[in-house]
Amino acid sequence: MARMKFLCDADRCIECNACVTACKNEHEVPWGINRRRVVTINDGKPGERSISMACMHCTDAPCASVCPVNCFYTTADAVVLHSKDLCIGCGYCFYACPFGAPQYPKVGNFGSRGKMDKCTFCAGGPEADSSQAEFVKYGTNRLAEGKLPLCAEMCSTKSLLAGDGEIIAQIYKERVVKRGYGSGAWGWKTAYKESIAT
Amino acid sequence: MAGLLAQARFIVGALALIFVVAMAAPASAQQQPLSTNPMASSVKEDQLLQQMRIIDGRVSIPDRQSRNLEQPGRDWRQFQQQTLPWIAGIAILGVLAALVVFYLTRGMVKIERGRSGRVVVRFNALERFVHWMTATCFIVLALSGLNITFGKTLLAPVIGLDAFAAWSQWAKYAHNYLSFPFTIGVVLILLLWVAGNIPNKVDVEWVKRCGGILGSDHPPAQRFNAGQKLIYWVVVLGGLASAVTGYLLMFPFYATGIEGMQTAQSVHGIVAALFIAVMLGHIYIGTIGMEGAFEAMGEGTVDENWARQHHALWLEDEKSKGPAGATPRGAPAE
Repeated sequence: MARMKFLCDADRCIECNACVTACKNEHEVPWGINRRRVVTINDGKPGERSISMACMHCTDAPCASVCPVNCFYTTADAVVLHSKDLCIGCGYCFYACPFGAPQYPKVGNFGSRGKMDKCTFCAGGPEADSSQAEFVKYGTNRLAEGKLPLCAEMCSTKSLLAGDGEIIAQIYKERVVKRGYGSGAWGWKTAYKESIAT
Repeated sequence: MAGLLAQARFIVGALALIFVVAMAAPASAQQQPLSTNPMASSVKEDQLLQQMRIIDGRVSIPDRQSRNLEQPGRDWRQFQQQTLPWIAGIAILGVLAALVVFYLTRGMVKIERGRSGRVVVRFNALERFVHWMTATCFIVLALSGLNITFGKTLLAPVIGLDAFAAWSQWAKYAHNYLSFPFTIGVVLILLLWVAGNIPNKVDVEWVKRCGGILGSDHPPAQRFNAGQKLIYWVVVLGGLASAVTGYLLMFPFYATGIEGMQTAQSVHGIVAALFIAVMLGHIYIGTIGMEGAFEAMGEGTVDENWARQHHALWLEDEKSKGPAGATPRGAPAE
């Protein structure tokens, strides 16, 4: 089985936010929730850099560890998913997540934040693959259709890569060799406890 | 001849061209990329992680929290999953074990001279109402709080994840909503009993004699002895600390960022765990630990002999105030 990962080639990201839009549209994500976002560091200053970030589907995921109701599970493809039927909206996963990936549909009113929502690597949830129930809660299950996450598939500069970790790491390494530079795979050390030598 | 010469010149020229191209190609392949890295001055992840705990930038969505690209969570996870359960477990089970041992060796503290049949008013209706409102809330808050820390390890395997999640959802609602009467109760406790709970000289003597817990010694005490004052301040300070950190968690990110939220949860967990441990001692001494103690908060009155044994100075004060304080049991106070 593949070990699914995201890799944002920060040297290519042009902050077009197409990944953000594609994700919202594909999964019909409610207003106020952003499963993916593009953060621009040093915006408008020398040394500016943009990185597209979402749930990184960590190895030994911190969200799963701190969840008081064990609503997280890891698929055979190493995608970290959760059950909205079990989630109690306590917000602990957000405190533990190094990437700020978990999202809540309601702003904290007496602690009722609603069921947590996050990037599913376009792999749905515990419901039957591609069912209506799955779509309503988690969005499209593209992996079940043999497709990769839409954010990466439609990235205009192919900055965002999604797929088997070894394959996307290989693609990235070839790029770095060819062009002669690379700022590394952002978040990989935190998420997967490994990095790509450049 | 001339044709052959021309042909030879052409071949030599072609070879020379190939040679030049062959020589030049690797040279350009080695040099060109080094001079054209457009991102050379851009920030690097390693360098940012060393410089700051939170890597943040600008986002085009109106969510303050999404500006953080990477933020610390590992320490909090370690605390939440290892440190807190251990501290809470040792504190609570330790106190429970100590109480069991104490009960088995010392037993119930009896009223030495037996009941006199005359009672003194100890807590009026308002005081009792405030006590029981706070106590009821506390028990629900404690159980639903312990559920968050220990539930998935202890309860979930027994009742299953679905039932456990449903129970935890209701427990969370109870935890959030009952925090309001609990906080009001703590504030009222602060106001009602602060006068009698300021430490003074009598407490020094009481503490020196270990409060008479060991043996049959009974150091004199005013309305509240040093042990009760300790409980009082644990309730007031612990209650307020839990309330403040709890409201920070209930209204996430209104007052603080991610690290503040993590700290709030950590403080809330530790304070609550120690609070529960101390309250176990309070519940013990108020019920099976001491004869004649529960009625103080139950009916509001205590037997005179109980009062003389445990709060001699307070009883003297009450008696000097007039006969209203002491009435025969069952007779209405006039």
